[in-house]
Amino acid sequence: MLAYTAPWTVDEAVRALAGAHGVAKVLSGGTDLLVQLRSGRVKPDLIVDIKKIPDMAGIRQHDGGFVIGAATSGAEIGECEALRQAWPGIVEAANLIGSTQVQGRATLAGNLCNASPAADSVPAMIAARATCVIAGGNGKREVPVESIVTGPGRTSLARDEFIVAFHLPKRPPRSADAYLRFIPRTEMDIAVVGAGVNVTLDAAGVCTDARVVLGAVAPTAVVVADAATALVGHKLDDAALDALDEAARAACKPIDDKRGTIDYRIKVAGVMARRTAAIAFERAARA
Amino acid sequence: MSKHHVSTTINGEPTEFLCEPQLTLLDVLRDELRLTGSKEGCSSGDCGACSVTIDGRLVCSCLMLAVEAEGRKIETIEGMANGQELHPLQQKFLEHAALQCGFCTPGVLVAAKALLERNPDPTETETRYWLAGNLCRCTGYDKIIRAVLDAAAEMRGA
Repeated sequence: MLAYTAPWTVDEAVRALAGAHGVAKVLSGGTDLLVQLRSGRVKPDLIVDIKKIPDMAGIRQHDGGFVIGAATSGAEIGECEALRQAWPGIVEAANLIGSTQVQGRATLAGNLCNASPAADSVPAMIAARATCVIAGGNGKREVPVESIVTGPGRTSLARDEFIVAFHLPKRPPRSADAYLRFIPRTEMDIAVVGAGVNVTLDAAGVCTDARVVLGAVAPTAVVVADAATALVGHKLDDAALDALDEAARAACKPIDDKRGTIDYRIKVAGVMARRTAAIAFERAARA
Repeated sequence: MSKHHVSTTINGEPTEFLCEPQLTLLDVLRDELRLTGSKEGCSSGDCGACSVTIDGRLVCSCLMLAVEAEGRKIETIEGMANGQELHPLQQKFLEHAALQCGFCTPGVLVAAKALLERNPDPTETETRYWLAGNLCRCTGYDKIIRAVLDAAAEMRGA
């Protein structure tokens, strides 16, 4: 029999998760969880709604970076002008998830912990070197976003743990990020391939730092170190784009499914890496 | 079976209900409160027929547990007309014949109203993207978009 609790503090939430009999699920926006409840794919004994905990929703600037509460909706993320300026790639990735209605509830923490290989916000968050603050029975710990998802539908969180916030670091000058996904429609679809690129340029437009992350081409989002290497030390010329394309394709281990074949996904990953890098470079030159 | 007592405000009226934790807000609106304007289409957040606003934010009521409504302000299609006086969006939907079977219409109207509250002068593209989560199998969308843009123009002039 399903029980529901909406604790007022992080400690109460941790205790509820730790003390649950059977399966406990954390509820933030619920746009994945409620679908899974309805379909019977998950049968929790307890739902712990974290939205009554103070500071769980909202965005604030801290140490030159940002703190985004775990239960902050996509709509709130899209309305934060300072975040759009500093991290346009994260905002566009978060805002690609679902419809206007879904944006009213969906959260970064939910998108991450649902652990879909095609999650849109995850490559952008990893490219940004975002970290997440996790609360649990042993107190709080902060880890890189890429350490959370271990496979489709699986995370590294212990049963009494949940994400309370994301941290985005301070930006050097001439830094910007971008996220693109390929879908066969214009809206309301799941990525065939997603690409997040985060770069810093010098005054001459030469890349001094890069992170390239692909989604939907492997069991988890893939940090493509060779793709970053292809960009660092270069302007975005044809040679750099070719090297980026090749590195992106080499990192793919996709599946065949209704959204795309293995060969198609690999080809598209190179194209999406090129296009996303072009947007990130162009934004960084203006930043 | 432990039921939760929920106090909420629906279309300006303080409302209380008892519900089991697994019920969605849509389940309670329709089956408990008999507010059957919100429709159940897909139950997975894809079709938008169950659109309502929570504290002014557009959501699918099928993707929200009823217990989460505690302390929140809910607006449904039933709160859109002022007595016998239709909202301009409702009037324009009639004038433009922006509905055929009508199943999607309450959700489209609630979503369109939320759009115009944020953006009184949306472009056609902005309107189409905003309403991308409201599926209609009859109209081909064009009449819906014309009606929303016409209502927006009238509301700006009013």
